[in-house]
Amino acid sequence: MEQKKYWQSFGEKNQSAAYNQDVKDEFKEELPFVEDESKGFLETAAPRRDFLKYVGFSTAAAAVAASCEMPIKKAIPFANKPEDIVPGIANYYATTYVQDGDVVSVVAKVRDGRPIKIEGNDLSPVTKGGTSARVQASVLDLYDTARLRFPTIDGKEVTFEAADKAVAAAITGNVVVLSSTITSPTSKEVIAQFLAKYPGSKHVTYDAVSYSALIEANAATNGVAAIPDYHFENAKAIVSLGADFLGTWLSPVAFSKQYATGKKINEKNPTMSKHIHFESVPSLTGSNADEKYLHRPSELGAIAAALLSAVNGGGVTGINDAKLKAGIQNAAKALLENKGAALVVAGSNDVNVQIIVNAINNAVGAGGSTINWAARNNTRAGVDANFVQLVKDMNAGSVGTLILVGANPAYTSYDAAGFTAGLAKVKTTVSFATKADETAVLCKFVLPDHHYLESWGDAEAISGNVSFIQPTIYPLFKTRQWQDSLLKWSGNASDYLAFLKTSWSAKLGGVEGWDKALQDGVLATTAPAFSAGSFSSAAVANAVTAATSTKKGGAIELVLYEKVGIGAGQGASNPWLQELPDPVTRATWDNYVIVSPALARTLLKIDLNNGGQADAYEVNPPKPVVKVTVGGKTIELPALIIPGTHPETIGIAVGYGRSENIGKAANGVGKNAFGLASLQGGNISFSNTSVEIVATGEKYPVALTQTHSRYDTEQGNRTEVMKELTLAEYKHHPTEIREERAHELKGQISGGEKLSNEEVLQKFEGAGTLYPVYDRPGIKWGMSVDLNACTGCGACVVACNAENNVSVVGKPEVLRGHEMHWLRIDRYYSGDMDNPNVVFQPLMCQHCDNAPCENVCPVAATNHSSEGLNQMTYNRCIGTRYCANNCPYKVRRFNWADYTGADSFGDNQTGHVNDVVLNMNDDLTRMVLNPDVTVRSRGVIEKCSFCVQRLQEGKLKAKKDSRPLEDTDVKVACQQACPTEAITFGNANSKHSAITKVRLDNPNRSFYVLEQLHVLPGVTYLAKVRNTEAKHEGAKHEGAKHEEKKA
Amino acid sequence: MFVSIRFCQLPVIFLRAIKDIFPLQNPFVYMTSFRRNTSRIVKNCLFSAAFLLGLLVTNTVTAQDGKTLFNTNCASCHQVHKNSTGPALAGVEGRWESKEKLYSWIRNSAAFLKTGDAYANKLYLEYNKTAMNQFPNLKDEEIDAILKYVASVPAPGAAVPGAAAAGAPAEEDNSLLFGILSLILAVVALILLQVNANLKKLADTREGHDPEVPVPFFRNKRYLAFLAVAFFVFGGYQVSKSAMGSGRSQDYQPVQPIYYSHKVHAGINQINCQYCHTGAYQGKQATIPSLNVCMNCHLAINEYKGEKMFTEDGEEVNGTQEIEKLYKYAGFEPGKPWDPSKAKPIEWVRIHNLPDHVYFNHAQHVKAGQVACQTCHGEIQKMGEVKQQNDLSMGWCINCHRETKVQFKDNGFYSIYEKYHQDLKSGKMDSTKGVTVESIGGTECQKCHY
Repeated sequence: MEQKKYWQSFGEKNQSAAYNQDVKDEFKEELPFVEDESKGFLETAAPRRDFLKYVGFSTAAAAVAASCEMPIKKAIPFANKPEDIVPGIANYYATTYVQDGDVVSVVAKVRDGRPIKIEGNDLSPVTKGGTSARVQASVLDLYDTARLRFPTIDGKEVTFEAADKAVAAAITGNVVVLSSTITSPTSKEVIAQFLAKYPGSKHVTYDAVSYSALIEANAATNGVAAIPDYHFENAKAIVSLGADFLGTWLSPVAFSKQYATGKKINEKNPTMSKHIHFESVPSLTGSNADEKYLHRPSELGAIAAALLSAVNGGGVTGINDAKLKAGIQNAAKALLENKGAALVVAGSNDVNVQIIVNAINNAVGAGGSTINWAARNNTRAGVDANFVQLVKDMNAGSVGTLILVGANPAYTSYDAAGFTAGLAKVKTTVSFATKADETAVLCKFVLPDHHYLESWGDAEAISGNVSFIQPTIYPLFKTRQWQDSLLKWSGNASDYLAFLKTSWSAKLGGVEGWDKALQDGVLATTAPAFSAGSFSSAAVANAVTAATSTKKGGAIELVLYEKVGIGAGQGASNPWLQELPDPVTRATWDNYVIVSPALARTLLKIDLNNGGQADAYEVNPPKPVVKVTVGGKTIELPALIIPGTHPETIGIAVGYGRSENIGKAANGVGKNAFGLASLQGGNISFSNTSVEIVATGEKYPVALTQTHSRYDTEQGNRTEVMKELTLAEYKHHPTEIREERAHELKGQISGGEKLSNEEVLQKFEGAGTLYPVYDRPGIKWGMSVDLNACTGCGACVVACNAENNVSVVGKPEVLRGHEMHWLRIDRYYSGDMDNPNVVFQPLMCQHCDNAPCENVCPVAATNHSSEGLNQMTYNRCIGTRYCANNCPYKVRRFNWADYTGADSFGDNQTGHVNDVVLNMNDDLTRMVLNPDVTVRSRGVIEKCSFCVQRLQEGKLKAKKDSRPLEDTDVKVACQQACPTEAITFGNANSKHSAITKVRLDNPNRSFYVLEQLHVLPGVTYLAKVRNTEAKHEGAKHEGAKHEEKKA
Repeated sequence: MFVSIRFCQLPVIFLRAIKDIFPLQNPFVYMTSFRRNTSRIVKNCLFSAAFLLGLLVTNTVTAQDGKTLFNTNCASCHQVHKNSTGPALAGVEGRWESKEKLYSWIRNSAAFLKTGDAYANKLYLEYNKTAMNQFPNLKDEEIDAILKYVASVPAPGAAVPGAAAAGAPAEEDNSLLFGILSLILAVVALILLQVNANLKKLADTREGHDPEVPVPFFRNKRYLAFLAVAFFVFGGYQVSKSAMGSGRSQDYQPVQPIYYSHKVHAGINQINCQYCHTGAYQGKQATIPSLNVCMNCHLAINEYKGEKMFTEDGEEVNGTQEIEKLYKYAGFEPGKPWDPSKAKPIEWVRIHNLPDHVYFNHAQHVKAGQVACQTCHGEIQKMGEVKQQNDLSMGWCINCHRETKVQFKDNGFYSIYEKYHQDLKSGKMDSTKGVTVESIGGTECQKCHY
């Protein structure tokens, strides 16, 4: 195996001075006890002793003041207890997360009448229990203080009756319903009924991020003006031309689940799918690819054409770049080797590219195996031409009434000005937005819709698979479902619930069938046989000509992309999503211009191979601001240098720069880049082949978490932290990682050199320490993370936030390294700086059996349980932070301020934390808190508890049934959220548990992070195996030396 | 009458402290080692446990199953010796012509009424045509067991054998005796000191030394030192004791919106605790019953005819008036059908409060641990107004966890503790001590704090 070096940051790669200083220090900032002798006593910051005196006095005073009288607490029972509610016991209701076209079947955990956590619905045949960061965070949107609380006409509050009357009187001229993609069959019927009432009216679907070219291409080649159902699980070779299908493309949750089935390997018979990715700006999917090639956006057509040519046996033509050429050859080879189990997808909104991709898929037999043309993926249906025409009509004054459902073109359109101008000419404008978003503020009538957790409904993401929505809480505000409004206005006497119920009861054989479907949340239909579709190659030749004749772009090209958390701006007002570090850039709370290290050298004069320059860039949060000019439009944003970006391409995320009306979290965060998109060939293109970029010389701080929570390793190359090998290497030498581990541990045991590798691994626990080995009768909790399955999507991070009341700290605090995430996903680079390999590693408290943090706590606030948990007791913690300092993994978090408002003194946070954090403590927002988990106050350490509240609940469940604990009793939040089932958790003492099975089945890939420290972590990682071209060197680990091989 | 507790009542604390000083607990030891503080709390626990055991034994010998069946099926409407929603069950066998008729009446009263049985119809009319619930699944033997149990319950007023014997004997209070003894000794010591001083003075004069200028006692360093030490010890003890006690509210007994007597319901009428506190078996909270649970019985029971009830201050309580208060909350007028949607919840004053950072689960204790309610709540079946029996401090919890055995053999969950099972078998583990909550990790931080 080549001697790899992993690095998280440029400083680490260069071993720069700042990096070495940083890994030594626990906290990013100077400790605050600095006394300036020159100043008078009153001017100095409080010296430590004075500080302690004041603390002592005020504590005593507060204790006396607070303890004199106990407040009277009331215990108010139900007047009439509903049968299915037991206070303190959660109910779970199956429902469906619907955000524009995105559909994920979920189960909402409802405690005492309020939903507090979203979990995946295992019964769904599409998502199979998977979730995403946005799904996890959606529960917080329910309690968003920025939600509209009543209907308005011209901004004045009215009742729904008054609004109905006024709207009925105002509907005039041609009526257009403009919506984002609607996947609900009954909602489509509702719209149809409404349209029937008003002749000349129509329904236009508009997606913020358009898939219009894909739909057009499918119409051209397969006669289907829709998106087919993709099946990544059947693909042994996957080629993606810039489609971020694990992060943002179409149905990432379902695709992640499918993708992971091909990536998980059986140690005894290792096979895995091969994923080759072509991209311009690093994406989540590209980071997970086995092979990744960089190209300019303008080259995409040529690449697609070359791949088609290669697949058809014509060789790679028209590509000059050697690396790229090799990449296309590899891709063609992989596809051809796996004919009938191959899949090509493209993220481009260029019809020609999509037609060529269809041709390739046809050539490699994707139809009927990895693409099912018999079913439809209904999550995106917008056709750009229709929207463009609508804007024209509006400007021409031929639209009398515009009704907006979900769509927000005043923000997301490439031509927002044109849309707004047109909107002003429409006489009657009605919006059903839940917030006063950019479009709603321009509308006359605003009748706010329910949040999905308050709604009834259905959704059919993949045709034949219907998922149902049922309310989990009574509407918080005076809101109404938009379907109800449309039904009313179309003169239908029944409300939407009755409509829905009647419609489905008829299809499902009565109310029982409907009730059952509602209870399951999904309708399991027998899947129709896969269809290969009928391919017509008529359009291909023209498409190839058009695609290859695309002009080479200017010096710099631009790619607009969606972030995993923020999407097209839907997540912008959600503090959990804003604070979720972007998987690729690890930045929070901003959008920015992604530039390559090569471009940074010329544009920003930063050479990352130069330690000093890299440090100057990396250590200080302020980043150089650049001005990007695209066709007369300019945008100024900070630049982030991200390896894996094409040197002549820059990337900007859309979804930022939203109006302050939609919430404190979105206020002033980033800038709107939708305006940089353009209409090309009738479709909205998210790339631009010619942009200008200049450094303005200014700086702007970006809250990057990459350099926080650093920890150093002895060898300096992090192979004790991250282990990775290629499939070929693994097949050649399966025990390589075991041997490497044994080699690392040998030195820790006296006489270890004489022992065999297996003996070393066996004896390490007992022989590596002076202390006795403790018994663990009963339960020993253990976790395993499969790095092959983990895509780094961040669903677990947000799930952990929601489950454990992890506080949001806001951008200023993240800048200081004060973020509180219990679970972080470390991004590691290895290899070439320009196009490195990326590995993600979720890192939470490792629950070490020989935990260094436990020994140093002066008050025993952190100690070990007999079940193997590293316990943290907040009420005992006095905040010395010794434990955080002594933690080798840097997973302990300190509450520097009272982020949660847990303190009993009001107003003590004002001025210390920003508005977003204060807003999280609003009585409404606090309804999302999990009542089983303590809300931590200022001055205490906290960290991952392995969701101990769930463990206790699971044990109690087993005790109540008088049976041993089973795996199904206990699922930790991160495990449950994971769309790829990368995390296994359970009782490692049990012979039948999943965790035991995983560890027994994967002896050769299992490793512990920093195992040689003898901290005995409770979390096993399974090494990443990459299915790349065999480059195994057959290196043996003989003696103590690793052989150094050059990459 | 106070509703909230005032911890500023220093005299009360002072007096209580004097009383406590003889078991001599060091407050500082209290925090770190709970083992030493076993005296009173444990005694109380033991006494109540013994009392309960006594009660159980007397009842269970005859018809244990019958009691359970009675409580689950009948107790919501019937009592043994008193008419409630349905007639008193004592002597029920004698009232019916044949047992068969009684069986079929119990299994399906509506069907039996149609047979035209005279007694059944009379009963039906007598109870305002309230239909009796149907119990089609009860077997003959089970009904017999219930009847056997009913027969075994002694009429109120009859002495419950064994109960008195198991009652807690009065704890002897020797503090007065010790106090007087100490006082006498102190006086003797003082006199002796004085005598000693005088003798010394005499001797000095005789030997021709100048007598020392007597130092007044308030300037005597020894006195001052002694006083200072005594002040710090006593004051420190008091301060730390009251500091630890702050936020605890043992003996809290607020006035409730309705004088609800557990003595009448759980004690005299033997209503099972879980009939009202349904959550105790299921989850975290035992739950206070909602009005519809109250009204299950009180639709029929609209006056109080039992023995006189008194508040803690000795004022007599008019039970019927209290039931009327309930009706007011429920929006019920006797004689008219009740519309439950009119009910307004009763705002009870919460007595047992735990801090927010403590997780307590009733099901864990009551269902999994089979702990009797009285272990923590005291002899609730004897309380008119409920008062907080224990201080609910962490030391109190931990003490119990140290000594209480888990249902190690009976609960299948513990089968995974194979080593302990072997140790118990081989005698390595003391089987009389058994597997305590502590030995399976029940005193670890994250069992209650997370």
